Amino acid sequence: MLLLAQLQTPDRSDSGCVQNDGFCPSWIFDNFDRYVDPFFQHIVLTIVPVVIGFAISFGLAVLAHRRQWLTGPITGVTGFLYTIPSLAFFFLLQPITGRGYTTAFIALTCYTLLIIFRNVTTGLGGVPVEAKDAARGMGLTDRQLLWRVELPLAMPEILAGLRIATTTTVGLAALAVFAGAGGLGAELDADYQFKSNVVVAGGLAVLLAAALDVIILAVQRAVTPWQRARAT
Amino acid sequence: MTTLAFLGDFGGAVEFIFRQRDSVGGGVQVGGLGEIGDLLGEHLLVSLAAMAIACAVAIPLGLYLGHVGRGEFIAITVSNVGRAVPALALLAFFIAFLGIGFKNVTAVLVLLALPPILTNTYVGARGVDSEVVDAARGMGMNGAQIVRRVRVPLALPTIFAGVRTSAVSVLATATIAPLANVQTLGEPIINPQTYGFQGGLGAAIVIGVVTITADAGIGIAQRAVTPKGIKLAQGGGRGRMRLSLPTRRREAAT
Repeated sequence: MLLLAQLQTPDRSDSGCVQNDGFCPSWIFDNFDRYVDPFFQHIVLTIVPVVIGFAISFGLAVLAHRRQWLTGPITGVTGFLYTIPSLAFFFLLQPITGRGYTTAFIALTCYTLLIIFRNVTTGLGGVPVEAKDAARGMGLTDRQLLWRVELPLAMPEILAGLRIATTTTVGLAALAVFAGAGGLGAELDADYQFKSNVVVAGGLAVLLAAALDVIILAVQRAVTPWQRARAT
Repeated sequence: MTTLAFLGDFGGAVEFIFRQRDSVGGGVQVGGLGEIGDLLGEHLLVSLAAMAIACAVAIPLGLYLGHVGRGEFIAITVSNVGRAVPALALLAFFIAFLGIGFKNVTAVLVLLALPPILTNTYVGARGVDSEVVDAARGMGMNGAQIVRRVRVPLALPTIFAGVRTSAVSVLATATIAPLANVQTLGEPIINPQTYGFQGGLGAAIVIGVVTITADAGIGIAQRAVTPKGIKLAQGGGRGRMRLSLPTRRREAAT
């Protein structure tokens, strides 16, 4: 296995640093373009599951907000899915969905459900009763109450869930290589003895997680201006 | 052999768990309860070692930070950073820079297990109502007694939740340990050229069962250690904690 991994990387130059599996800035500079495609694959592997997962769990949370008895069963099922180890999940799906993006998307989507559902439910549950009473007193219907009062007030909690789900998915997407879906994990797996490769592929994954986190944080600040007004 | 054939790969996978077969390349016998048992043993050993070390470090540290009310930034940030580093990248980093072997895999798993335990212990210890702590101090308890007799019991459910999260992620991540030459249940998954697809699937089934069992087991323990007072305050298990005066908190927060 180890020998195989070394044979699979033909485009190494003959400098000593590279042969010793070292950390070689010049190699990184010369070979950086080979990480571009996996990087974009990794973005797709993160964004698609998070978006689908958000749509599903947001809908479920709003449903459970209206019918409280659903909260327990939904938490149970999504919690069960969350517990299945990702590598095992990728394998369990393969007889049904084959190798590739579909398998990776399904498994990674399942992992986002519990996180987002729990945060949306907590957020909606934390809306002050006074605010809801005032809204009702102004004549708002259930639907208006949800969209104009409850969801805006729950937004910090909802977006916090989205941030956790996104960073978690970036990490899990690195294992999508075992579902045959590529991404930065494929680069890591191709040669995990080679320091330069590990630093660049791993570093890009961490940077991606940090960048997505910052973007959602910026969105959160933009859509909840009252929080900043309160802080100052 | 034909009895499970109608289940396709899943039948073959279950058969792989219970009965030996020729490896894909031939010449070697793989699978069967003997080999699965060995792989499971190593899987549990490396996971338990990591969990023991992580608990021994994170729980005392979290209790201390929570008690003195300092280091919130560290306790919270560490778990955010921990989430952003992919387990595979961390393991690859350790292999490339420190080498392979049991110790290094354990170290990787410890690093993954630490953040949830630390954060939860901190939050649990910190979240104990200050009036309860004042009452304990008024009864003449010193710092160590307050931690041991007040903060620990009240924080135990939260601490266990952290241990549970960590245990699940450690058991899941131990699957990639064969990359560092530690023969866990991930071996058939990572080496399909020897074990075949059904072998990988069989190992995946075992890993799933082990993880879900561990999760459920810690969940039961968590309920068992929850102090009666908290259970009563949760009243009927609707998940609403009334012990911590939620209305007051909200006013303080706004």
